[in-house]
Amino acid sequence: MPQLASRAPFAPAGPAAIDAAIAQRLLSVALASGGDYADLYFEYRASADYVYEEERVRNVGRGITLGLGVRVLKGDATGYAYTEELSTERMLATARTAGQIAAGGGAAPVGVPAQIAVADFYPVAMPSIDAAPQGKLELLRRADRAARAYDARIVKVECSVSEELKEILVVTSDGRLARDTLPLLRFGVRAVAESDGKRQSGSSGGGGRYGMEYFDTPARTPEAHGKEAARIAIVMLDAVDAPAGEMEVVLGPADSGILLHEAVGHGLEADFNRKETSNYSGQIGKRVASDLCTVVDDGTLPSSRGTINVDDEGHEPQKNVLIENGILKDYMHDRISARHFKRAPSGNGRRQSFRHAPLPRMTNTLLLPGSHAPEEIIRSVKRGVFAKRFSGGQVNISNGDFVFSLTEGYLIEDGKLTAPLKGVNLIGNGPDVLTKVTMLGSDFELSDGMWTCGKDGQSVPVGVGTPTVKIAAITVGGTKAG
Amino acid sequence: MAIADEVAELRSIAEQAVDKARAAGADAAEALVQGGAELSVKVRMGEPELVHEAGSRALGLRVFKDHRSAVTYTSDFTPASFDEFIRGTVGLAALSEPDELNELPPEAELALGPQPELELWDDATLTVDAGEAIRRALRGEQAARDLDKRVTNSEGASYGRTVGASAFANSSGFSGAYRGSYQSLVVEPVCDDEGGKKRNGYHFTASRFLSGLEDPEHVGREAARKTLAKLGARKISTREAAVVFDPEAGRAILRLLFSVITGTAFYKKSSYLIGREGQPIASQLLTVVDDPLIPRAPGSRPYDGDGLPSRRQAVVEAGVLRTVLCDVYSARKLGRKSTGSAGRGVGGAPGVTSTNFVMQPGTTKGADVVAQTPAGLYVTDMMGFGFNPVTGDFSRGASGFWIENGKLTYPVSEITVSANLEAILQGIDLVGDDLDFRSSTAVPTFRVARMTIAGS
Repeated sequence: MPQLASRAPFAPAGPAAIDAAIAQRLLSVALASGGDYADLYFEYRASADYVYEEERVRNVGRGITLGLGVRVLKGDATGYAYTEELSTERMLATARTAGQIAAGGGAAPVGVPAQIAVADFYPVAMPSIDAAPQGKLELLRRADRAARAYDARIVKVECSVSEELKEILVVTSDGRLARDTLPLLRFGVRAVAESDGKRQSGSSGGGGRYGMEYFDTPARTPEAHGKEAARIAIVMLDAVDAPAGEMEVVLGPADSGILLHEAVGHGLEADFNRKETSNYSGQIGKRVASDLCTVVDDGTLPSSRGTINVDDEGHEPQKNVLIENGILKDYMHDRISARHFKRAPSGNGRRQSFRHAPLPRMTNTLLLPGSHAPEEIIRSVKRGVFAKRFSGGQVNISNGDFVFSLTEGYLIEDGKLTAPLKGVNLIGNGPDVLTKVTMLGSDFELSDGMWTCGKDGQSVPVGVGTPTVKIAAITVGGTKAG
Repeated sequence: MAIADEVAELRSIAEQAVDKARAAGADAAEALVQGGAELSVKVRMGEPELVHEAGSRALGLRVFKDHRSAVTYTSDFTPASFDEFIRGTVGLAALSEPDELNELPPEAELALGPQPELELWDDATLTVDAGEAIRRALRGEQAARDLDKRVTNSEGASYGRTVGASAFANSSGFSGAYRGSYQSLVVEPVCDDEGGKKRNGYHFTASRFLSGLEDPEHVGREAARKTLAKLGARKISTREAAVVFDPEAGRAILRLLFSVITGTAFYKKSSYLIGREGQPIASQLLTVVDDPLIPRAPGSRPYDGDGLPSRRQAVVEAGVLRTVLCDVYSARKLGRKSTGSAGRGVGGAPGVTSTNFVMQPGTTKGADVVAQTPAGLYVTDMMGFGFNPVTGDFSRGASGFWIENGKLTYPVSEITVSANLEAILQGIDLVGDDLDFRSSTAVPTFRVARMTIAGS
């Protein structure tokens, strides 16, 4: 567990310190109407943003969020209430409100919770939010300069640093008490290029659960991100209309994991399978992908954006194998779904904030590498699309249809990358597309942390990773029919 | 606390925050305080699944000092933390760099007169407690399941209501406050299709007034009808064809237009429409207004996020781009005046937002838009985010129905529709009369003459 100085009011030495005895009392009140289970989620989040635009610091912002969410379960039903004020009175009232989901019935006694030890998958000597702001402003200036210096056709650059430090305390009526401190850093650059009346933009960014040491790696310096954003904007000036229709597509490493996230990840979140509304319901043990595909969700990858030391229900994260050599092995669980499937939680119970009840969510979702050299994969394509960067994706869980939006892509003609393509969507069907994976590269990469996943109105940071992937047929949604 | 008292209290907090910021050394300051209470319930397969209830309050502060600015927020109102928060914000401003445009709007532009009465509040909203909310959701879901045996499952039904108050004050003398209410019911049935696929759909009703909601049974039956219609959906071959957008899917097209007609998009060079004011950017059939003054409408507001009076703006008139929507900052950046289009949340600085952003209805009956289409695609759902504001390139996943001789023939899915937004707007050749105000962005059914459909 990280040894950073705690500043949360509910920390052991804080002005509204919560210890096991207070937690026990709140949980007892929450269960007084006869609930089966209750948990408390205390959260303190300090965040800061710096925006640099038109060669000056345009905006500095800071925010503090503090609160307690109380959840009570009765059968499959959830009662949820929260408060932003941590007075004893308000906390007790919040516990009572959440407890009303259970209508009468005996109250089970609640024991004194015991603190569990958690691993430290994101050790930082100093969270970035505590580092001197001037240093961050300098990073923004460096990125801006690098982007402008890349090419005279760059006419606009905008850069930003967003950072947060979140402290949580989770206490459950089955006796667990866990504390964690989660740093999160994100750096982004957007560049606009203009030439001959044409205008295009490019973006680059990254981050994760790091302090300022994130920028020490060569590929992650402000200059690297600045140049990359500028490079994409310039390349895109020459972009041509994308083709329309089914064809071979090669996905580049790292960010293509978003395909995995949308195509299979969401469908394997166990709440959908408990309700039998996912097309992966009842498919465990069956073939759902080509035998090249092994998919894991790993909440323990050091410093990755989706990594957690403990989930938002007090369970340790794990490396969960979801698909092994094409066979569906497991779903991702929160407490409710784990109970339904009569198994242990998998450490995937996550929530956006104390205002939200937890759901089964992905952490870092990865497609493990294969044996082909990436160049060999591209060489094998007669006519198709190489997809390198994406702006986002979405899936319909029920029927498995998913889309993802390509922001940097190229035509492949006779085994070679040729013209850059205008932004385009790819659309496919999850269970179908994974059966069409015909080659996997040996070049696995984890995405430089920039992805945020939305589900039921809740956003959580996630990681993705893949090698180069060849898909035999997927629909490219361009404008050039035929 | 009664909501009327809360409005007065929030206003007093906002005014105090502004005074304290000035006392702490700010040249100027503005504060937004929002408080509210929400109740949401969800039922699934006839059983309550979630009851979520809470009240919250937060303050957003912006200060100016020597043309530098800082923007902060907090939900901690204990006196010591509050004062410290305000002092900290003033200190933070020193980190930004001076920008001569960083100052409050001129007093003459502020909404200092009486606020318009927009009927944004309904006392009846709070009469729905958790028990009644569950009953309404159960009725909606049951109606969906009863309509047809093929409705085999459900993502559930949800009833939600929000009441809130918002107060805004600045050091130039603006101080305003208002309250609002909103409620909604959505039902999401699931049907089993051939080949193990499942089909989901939904229907929702929403209004600021409890009496404005559709009957739960009607919502449930509509949801089931829409979902059943998708059974047997197939992919079609790649082609170019006319595309009819229903009001749900079509709203997304209007959101894209909004994203490229803001002052912010213009000064950031993030719009393909820069330099096109006064010129045709769409078919003559397209007229779009942004109107914050429609009584009872979801997007209405008495004043904007800079404290300027709300006003109706003709954005596109018979295809001609008339107005670029600006807040104070983007207007100054472009050397013009704000259109009163600043929106603001407690978490950030003002930014351009739409209010009720509406495509004006045409004269063709909504249902006749399909009836007058010999062949084409009727789009009811879109997914994904494929739009580049800098170029206007648009590509998005879609599903709906194939139209043949003016009739919907079979459901279609797993395709994309693509075209440049310029071509989409210029290609609008039929606009229906079926406009409703369930959402603040609203369109009737409309047809685009030609788009690329990518399929098998």
